[in-house]
Amino acid sequence: MNAPAALPRDVPLVNATRFRQAHEADWEQLDRIVTRIEKRSIRSLSDDDLLALPALYRTTLSSLSVARDTSLDRALITYLERLCTRAYFQIYGVKTPAWRQLAGFFVRGWPAAVRSLWRETLFCVALTFGAALLAYLLIRSDPTWFYSVIPQGLADGRDPTATTTALRSTLYDNRQDWLGVFATFLFTHNSQIAIFAFALGFAFGIPTVLLILYNGLTLGAFFAIFAAKGLGPNVAGWLMIHGTTEIFAICISGAAGIRIGLAIAFPGRASRMDSAVEAGRTSATAMAGAVIMLAVAGLLEGVGRQTILSDSLRMLIGSAVLIVWLSYFYVLPLKRYEGGE
Amino acid sequence: MASSAVQSRGLRRTFITPEGVDLRLELGSAGSRAAAFMIDLVLMVVILIAVTLLLIWLAPAAGSRGVQFIAIVWLIGAFILRNAWFSLFEMGSRGATPGKRFLGLRVVARDGARLTGAAVIARNAMREIEIFLPLSFLADQTAEGLADSFLVIFALVWSGIFLFFPLFNRDRLRVGDLVAGTWVVQAERATLSEDLVGARYRARRTFPKAALELYGIYELQTLEDVLRKENPDAIATVAAMIRGKAGLPDDGDDYGFLYDYYAALCAHLEANLMVGRRRESKFT
Repeated sequence: MNAPAALPRDVPLVNATRFRQAHEADWEQLDRIVTRIEKRSIRSLSDDDLLALPALYRTTLSSLSVARDTSLDRALITYLERLCTRAYFQIYGVKTPAWRQLAGFFVRGWPAAVRSLWRETLFCVALTFGAALLAYLLIRSDPTWFYSVIPQGLADGRDPTATTTALRSTLYDNRQDWLGVFATFLFTHNSQIAIFAFALGFAFGIPTVLLILYNGLTLGAFFAIFAAKGLGPNVAGWLMIHGTTEIFAICISGAAGIRIGLAIAFPGRASRMDSAVEAGRTSATAMAGAVIMLAVAGLLEGVGRQTILSDSLRMLIGSAVLIVWLSYFYVLPLKRYEGGE
Repeated sequence: MASSAVQSRGLRRTFITPEGVDLRLELGSAGSRAAAFMIDLVLMVVILIAVTLLLIWLAPAAGSRGVQFIAIVWLIGAFILRNAWFSLFEMGSRGATPGKRFLGLRVVARDGARLTGAAVIARNAMREIEIFLPLSFLADQTAEGLADSFLVIFALVWSGIFLFFPLFNRDRLRVGDLVAGTWVVQAERATLSEDLVGARYRARRTFPKAALELYGIYELQTLEDVLRKENPDAIATVAAMIRGKAGLPDDGDDYGFLYDYYAALCAHLEANLMVGRRRESKFT
């Protein structure tokens, strides 16, 4: 059993051994650098490590292909595969810094995404106002329709039986208490609905359309009961101060959902997968923007509306904010194209 | 040909780097994906409960304005926890939430390009219809005592379609992955295990050529697994089987025998490999 074999003492028996001896130090250095990037960031590397990284990555990658062809040591190949994969994602999948992504979002990504959804957005706006008009006409002709549109909890006493004074007080009651909480609640609630409208788009956009439709019906129903008591312009001001932003944002997130649904149902020349991915990324950008818009709407509704009681001022603010949004999304990008950028 | 067909049914995917090397990415299995999600969910609930308790504890000391402030913090915090937990972690350099990190998973773009914020937001916003909607729907209905069987069945079917979506496609894509162009791969750290043959010179058993002609690469690598796992029962069984086939006497040292046989077989197969004879298994 202990008989000496006839091999020279310094020549390894198999390739894997020879290979490990020659390159192990490189692999381990790459492992150390990649682990450091994963744990902290690329900025924590020393200059030497940073310079060595691409070379080490290529060495290890070629080790992997050589090992696959010449070595039968499976553990070695698995190790190299995993190391190369991790290094690949740190080198090629490297993230743009957060602040630059954020700047890109505000300068280009967000307006471009909203612009590219203009057809769907227009459709959602038309749907909202169509539904609102329908609900308005129905309820003006027969107030009992109100109860089939609005659930009791949401009405909060604002139904066809309410008196004019009671309705008026809901528009101008100066509730100084809990303003901030109210605004925050509205923001989180509406944002959840916006995200939801986006996600529902996957079911070919149908639930999204229903959601937008229902939103419009609610709007029309409330308008109708106030208009019936001669409070039309007052409720318009009450709605407009935040509504221009809020309804616009809900329409954009609805448009985002519909875009996904359309891309999956009618991919056109692209493959269904590619078309879904492109629509998904554009729509997600628009939806993230809608959440920001809803934060603004929450501020306008919870704070602005409770402190500003003049109808015309409320309408003025609402229109001004709408103009800001429209020019940010649709006019400014055009200017930039013309500017040769 | 046969081996590539087998691979495509498993979780290995061809992924060619710009340098032209196939990394053969291993996708995260449905089980580890689900486990990672459960870990994240538990973490989120624990954080929510802890912060809520802390705020309740702080509330009596704060005045009316303070309570309002606390309510705002809670609302915003809960919103961020629910909607941004996954996105913020996956935008980081590890591309993984704590649950995924624990299971060695990582989110990457399917085309190998960098993972953008838009893609991460898209894949996580889709969780609304996959998980949270069916859950909150069910919770609402049961809380109000209105959960008639039709609604429950509808909720279950709905959640079923999206929840089990990853099981219905080869690449284990969630609805969110599909829309965002991402997938989840296994990217854990592996340590370089020891060299079984060993660089150091030592005395080895020698084997007749016929004994080395018994097996191919598949059997060699299976033997490698057995040796690395060091399960005494398996080692005894395998050693007895090889001795039986090769007609070698039992010298009472199963470990030593298998190590030496592994080294000899490996050297033999590698030598054949060098002259272009790759023997995949004992059947070829």
